[in-house]
Amino acid sequence: MGVRSRPVADGGAPLSAGAAGASPANPGRGDPPLVSPGAEQEALLTSVTGELADKGFVVAQLDNLVNWARTGSLWPMTFGLACCAVEMIHAYMSRYDLDRFGVVPRASPRQSDVLIVAGTLTNKMAPAFRKVYDQMAEPRYVISMGSCANGGGYYHYSYSVVRGCDRVVPVDIYVPGCPPTAEALVYGILQLQKKIRRTGALWR
Amino acid sequence: MDLALKDLGDYVAEALPQEVLGTKVEFDELIIRARRDLIVKVLTFLRDDVNCRFQQLMDLCGVDYPEREKRFEVVYNLLSLTHNMRVRVKVETDEETPVPSVSGVFSAATWWEREAWDLFGIYFSDHPDLRRIMTDYGFDGHPLRKDFPLTGYVEVRYDDEQKRVVYEPVKLTQEFRTFDFLSPWEGVQGVLPGDEKADGDA
Repeated sequence: MGVRSRPVADGGAPLSAGAAGASPANPGRGDPPLVSPGAEQEALLTSVTGELADKGFVVAQLDNLVNWARTGSLWPMTFGLACCAVEMIHAYMSRYDLDRFGVVPRASPRQSDVLIVAGTLTNKMAPAFRKVYDQMAEPRYVISMGSCANGGGYYHYSYSVVRGCDRVVPVDIYVPGCPPTAEALVYGILQLQKKIRRTGALWR
Repeated sequence: MDLALKDLGDYVAEALPQEVLGTKVEFDELIIRARRDLIVKVLTFLRDDVNCRFQQLMDLCGVDYPEREKRFEVVYNLLSLTHNMRVRVKVETDEETPVPSVSGVFSAATWWEREAWDLFGIYFSDHPDLRRIMTDYGFDGHPLRKDFPLTGYVEVRYDDEQKRVVYEPVKLTQEFRTFDFLSPWEGVQGVLPGDEKADGDA
């Protein structure tokens, strides 16, 4: 129901933490106040909570709801091919935690929404890569990570490299870098979320 | 160290007079040139003899010298843990003559010989399983030869009508450029424009 920093008049439970209570460690002050969200968020939360408490249901646009669901839990299929995979791992780890965005890596394409192509795509890998992409269910997105996946990168002139994974699959977001920093990948995922919200439709 | 290597080289040349074509010590490394058809005997001797005991095959690779008559060279790098010494054995061959496989002596050689076959086209006789290991499944050509172009002959894209990945002749929008990075502290010839006054030449 959201965090409340002061008692609200909708019949909800009053604050149990004592602004009035005092403890030996903090004479005269009581427990520190709960952290409050900003004023805007506060207003939104109280209005929704109020509505929910009054009527028992909330009305929202289906598009917004669906976009919220899709962006809030983007599950990537980890397609780490080469060195960019290490930076992708860094993005999942504790410093640039992706789990707090709802992004949990899935090993299977059938259970994932987005394919992060991290690394060099070689000619030998291309049919397998296309097959993995075909196994994903709609709506599906592709993030091309690193210069090798964007356009062949460091190995652009090689005989055995696909010059960009967009020769094989349609790509939504390109993340530049060699390798892109983990922060850049997080930025790319957030941009994908914005793209989904912007161009979101129920059927893609 | 150099002396120990030289002594070892002489010892091997004495023990195998027919098989060893020559030895030399270059840059603190011993190189033994052997006859192509008797390479198995040479490597077996190097592996088993008490003074050699080169029981680790560290690498088996091919080299392409297109200007030579026998254009390929197969290089065997061996390590002896007991004596703490390394040696390099080289044999020469060309495109049609097979080299006897040493997979009976060192089992690690199987994959390396497959790699030398795949990337250069060096045949190995009596190899248990000589097929491609690195290049693409239908790949035509031996990429690490000097006459194979950097960009190859085919490239890949997905075709929507055939619903599969197709191979097409390669089309590059910009050709490969070799940059000549000359260090400004070491290699600059002449005076750079704007520097004329520095030496009082202006």
